[in-house]
Amino acid sequence: MSDDTLRELAEVITLKHGDAVVGTEITHGELTVEITLAAIPAFIDFLKTDMACRFSTLVDITAVDYPSREKRFEMVWHFLSMYQNHRIRVKCPVREDDVVPSITGVFPSANWFEREVYDMYGILFSGHPDLRRILTDYGFRGHPLRKDFPTTGYTELRYDEALKRVVYEPVKLVQEYRQFDFMSPWEGADYILPGDDKPGAAKG
Amino acid sequence: MMDGGKGFEDALTGEQKIRNFNINFGPQHPAAHGVLRLVLELDGEIVERCDPHIGLLHRGTEKLMESRTYLQNLPYFDRLDYVAPMNQEHAWCLAIEKLTGVEVPRRASLIRVLYSEIGRILNHLLNVTTQAMDVGALTPPLWGFEEREKLMVFYERACGARLHAAYFRPGGVHQDLPPELLDDIEEWAGHFPNVLDDIDGLLTENRIFKQRNADIGVVSEEEILDWGFSGVMVRGSGLAWDLRRAQPYECYDEFEFQIPVGKNGDCYDRYLVRMEEMRQSLRIILQAIEKLRAPEGQGDVLARGKITPPSRGEMKTSMEALIHHFKLYTEGFHVPEGEVYASVEAPKGEFGVYLVADGTNRPYKAKIRAPGYLHLQAMDHVAGGHQLADVAAIIGTMDVVFGEIDR
Repeated sequence: MSDDTLRELAEVITLKHGDAVVGTEITHGELTVEITLAAIPAFIDFLKTDMACRFSTLVDITAVDYPSREKRFEMVWHFLSMYQNHRIRVKCPVREDDVVPSITGVFPSANWFEREVYDMYGILFSGHPDLRRILTDYGFRGHPLRKDFPTTGYTELRYDEALKRVVYEPVKLVQEYRQFDFMSPWEGADYILPGDDKPGAAKG
Repeated sequence: MMDGGKGFEDALTGEQKIRNFNINFGPQHPAAHGVLRLVLELDGEIVERCDPHIGLLHRGTEKLMESRTYLQNLPYFDRLDYVAPMNQEHAWCLAIEKLTGVEVPRRASLIRVLYSEIGRILNHLLNVTTQAMDVGALTPPLWGFEEREKLMVFYERACGARLHAAYFRPGGVHQDLPPELLDDIEEWAGHFPNVLDDIDGLLTENRIFKQRNADIGVVSEEEILDWGFSGVMVRGSGLAWDLRRAQPYECYDEFEFQIPVGKNGDCYDRYLVRMEEMRQSLRIILQAIEKLRAPEGQGDVLARGKITPPSRGEMKTSMEALIHHFKLYTEGFHVPEGEVYASVEAPKGEFGVYLVADGTNRPYKAKIRAPGYLHLQAMDHVAGGHQLADVAAIIGTMDVVFGEIDR
């Protein structure tokens, strides 16, 4: 897909739905359109039905967690047009307590993707027919793909010989979970290594 | 009782009430192709509602990937769709190469095509034959698995592992292929059509196989788009959509192959498409071997640079190469900030990776888009109105593998 055709497509979209589009960007031969939260079902429907766009297939829905941002999450939709043979990425920043309109009315295949985003990030969708957890265990708590969720999780389960059933327990680690720090200390690490703080203290 | 009744209260009132019956299909059902739990609501033998419960094989791959380097993440892709491991690695490598702007050497590119097509045959052999087993035939899997074993030996001879290859690397492939391996693959490709003919003779005109598959699980063009199908699920219904042709990646544009399409979009057509795709893959394999032997196909298999290790010989003589090797396998390479979506035509459909890089040695976010996820999602829609026995045939033909669905 050449950048020129993508630029044309971006112009068409901005022209027809200017109020929804916050910005467009073309990187690595891919078109990204950032939209406002309020525009979601209508804009997606426009992408599907407009003959110049004709994004017939929903490829993927996901979110990205940026804990430092005011609008913590970024929803990401990917679409593909089997007729025009092009792709688009639609993004929208979302606050933690925002409710995102579901697009299951436009693409039924959004159902499981939105359930997964809810499961993994805790983002709620309005108008979703069946917003249950999908990949995690029955009765799971927390949203694993948030950056503040530990990779080890909070609970572990084992078969209890006495109770003759599987029991859940708080996770116990024999050794600390290894999070490798790849910053070399002489290349601008902004922390003090344990043990290195003494010479400085002696000088002062 | 499963339907919530208390016993024979209907009989006592003298009024015969018929309630729908709920049954649990799986998670340990052999026709569920892994750990799938289906909650089926049956009216007699007709499926009224089908609620797949997935996630029993959820390993948190995407979470784990966020704390590992790009190279350490590569083997996770073997464990997604473990039926055709290298095709998944391919998507990951393409994503990294797109972000870093690395050009893959021609020989590596040809090897990738060769092994992607071997992966496609691996997958289709498993799918076609086990789907036949789901509908009652026992011989096809026995014959098919013999060939799969031979193909996995080719995997092993290329990279040392039968299944979890970790062979495709960002910037090329791990090691070059010895010329004898190419000869053996060519010899195998010469005799494989006979095996295909044998399986074909067992199934294609088999009365029972046809009765169980023809007109079962029909999907229309409308449904394909609504439910986001890809791969054989699309081609079985007559749409000639193949990423290898529509959005060529690697060097697929210089290969000659045809895209088989079905007519009716039922399980039987999808079986026929898979059989024909194996023959087309065979054509690509033979062309790839030819190109690998040609003088243009010689050379290095890795784009030597920051994201690939130096050659062994260089490491013995150059201090810089040694340092680079050490840094590469401890710290790993850094990928410039940006986001990218890379997809390949995996045997099951469009397998994609959405990668968000923040300039460090680890991905900030990686989303794996598995084709089976969408196919299984449509289970309720496709299986509704079919008989209970057809559920097994439909699951089989959707080609679901829980490694990639549950991630």
